[in-house]
Amino acid sequence: MLVVHCPVCGAEGDETDFHGGGQAHVRRPATHDPANVSDEAQRDYLFIRHNPKGLHFERWRCDRGCGKWFHAARDTVTMEFKAFYGISELPPREVMEQATGEWATYFKDRLKAEAKS
Amino acid sequence: MKSRYSIFSLARNAMNYHKDWERAWRSPQPKAEYDAVIVGAGGHGLATAYYLAKNHKMTNIAILEKGWLGGGNTGRNTTIIRSNYLQDSSIAIYELARSLYEGLSQELNYNVMFSPRGVLMLCQTEHELRAFKRTAHANRLAGLDCRMVSPAEVKEIVPIINDDPNCRYPVLGAYYQPRGGTARHDAVAWGYARGADALGVDIIQNCEVTGITREGGKVVGLETSRGSIKTKKVGVVTAGNVSTLMQTAGVRMPIESLCLQALVSEPIKPVIDCVVMANTVHGYISQSDKGELVIGGGTDPYNNYSQRGSFPSLEHTVTALVETFPIISRLRMLRMWGGIVDMTGDRSPIISKTDVEGLYVNCGWGTGGFKAIPGSGYVFADTIAHDRPHAIAEPFGLNRFAEGRLIDESVAAAVAH
Repeated sequence: MLVVHCPVCGAEGDETDFHGGGQAHVRRPATHDPANVSDEAQRDYLFIRHNPKGLHFERWRCDRGCGKWFHAARDTVTMEFKAFYGISELPPREVMEQATGEWATYFKDRLKAEAKS
Repeated sequence: MKSRYSIFSLARNAMNYHKDWERAWRSPQPKAEYDAVIVGAGGHGLATAYYLAKNHKMTNIAILEKGWLGGGNTGRNTTIIRSNYLQDSSIAIYELARSLYEGLSQELNYNVMFSPRGVLMLCQTEHELRAFKRTAHANRLAGLDCRMVSPAEVKEIVPIINDDPNCRYPVLGAYYQPRGGTARHDAVAWGYARGADALGVDIIQNCEVTGITREGGKVVGLETSRGSIKTKKVGVVTAGNVSTLMQTAGVRMPIESLCLQALVSEPIKPVIDCVVMANTVHGYISQSDKGELVIGGGTDPYNNYSQRGSFPSLEHTVTALVETFPIISRLRMLRMWGGIVDMTGDRSPIISKTDVEGLYVNCGWGTGGFKAIPGSGYVFADTIAHDRPHAIAEPFGLNRFAEGRLIDESVAAAVAH
């Protein structure tokens, strides 16, 4: 049984009080450049998923509390939550640094893009 | 050549107190090179290897398995076999599998205990009744032997069902496939393993594949916990662990790995002689030959690689079945377990070539792979041997996700996941 903590209203409860919403930080290509969305980009947005054995980043909803969506970092082997953070935020830096594989690449690119802007 | 199992070999071995049975398969050391390597010795992998050797005469091949054969989802499912799916492409592959199951014990000379006891899919809301009628029409067009049955007939087939019309989810009818049923899951894995081994396939257990080696756009070999193996063709059949393995070859998969649980009760006298699936309330049930009720439900809603599911999912399933079958309310549960299932966005499998030459993948069976083992192995072997998709496998290519040509089976799954 997972114990989830909502970073918005502070509610804490087991997984039945919350709703898992799948992979976090998925960007809809049509939002950024509606005129140029390739079939591959649309496929990646809809279907291709990071599916790591280890640290994963996902969306959750505080179903029986405030109703807001938020983000969580969780290990898919130990089931341990590493962090809960806001829906428009990136994970805490020390958690981001533990990310491996596709997630590590994603956060590196994201931070680079943010440093530029 | 292996000696055949028969009534005479049984009698002969009984004379020696069963001490002289030969091993069902060898435990060979991995060779340095193979013509093709299958990764994952579950039902689908073993069937693929068997048909590669039998139908396509590729005998210099190996199956690598990180644990023991049939120890993953093949040994963790609820053994239900049916083919009454909604879409034509699904019907084709699941019906091929179901019909191969009918002759599998004879084909493999191994009793897989296929028991076509009938699969009854309950309709417990008006919406569900209409949805199954639609499936029934689609299946009749495809020539499947299936029919809708009335609530009275349901009660006749399953006398222990709750037929109170005033309960929360009354039984309004059911969709019935009399030729569906169950088989012994371990025996399917063992039978294919014995058959493949007899044809010369090396089954190498306790050998984890840690990476797929590419040279440019081609597969050249595999890195394993027991050294490197050269090969030009690799078939990845690793279910829940497919994403991480394919990533080592630079191929990203449209898969999420979730935990699906099942459980069995203490053994009781025969109370139910078919398979009953109840989609609306999320549960399915059958009775094993030992008398245990075999129960399955829905997946946990988040990614999981631990082969241990959450208690609320089990509770939900059991609650639903107690409502549907009140007499089981005081049964004790003996065992529960979880398997890591590979879910695709359209709930249909992937049997495909990839952008990497010589790399093939068979995955995405999600919560319903056991029923498809013979058909899946049959068409995947053909795909690997001829380096082009078998006609039945073609719709299940990875390209369907970019082309938007989905095979939507999320409503035809027996239980919505």
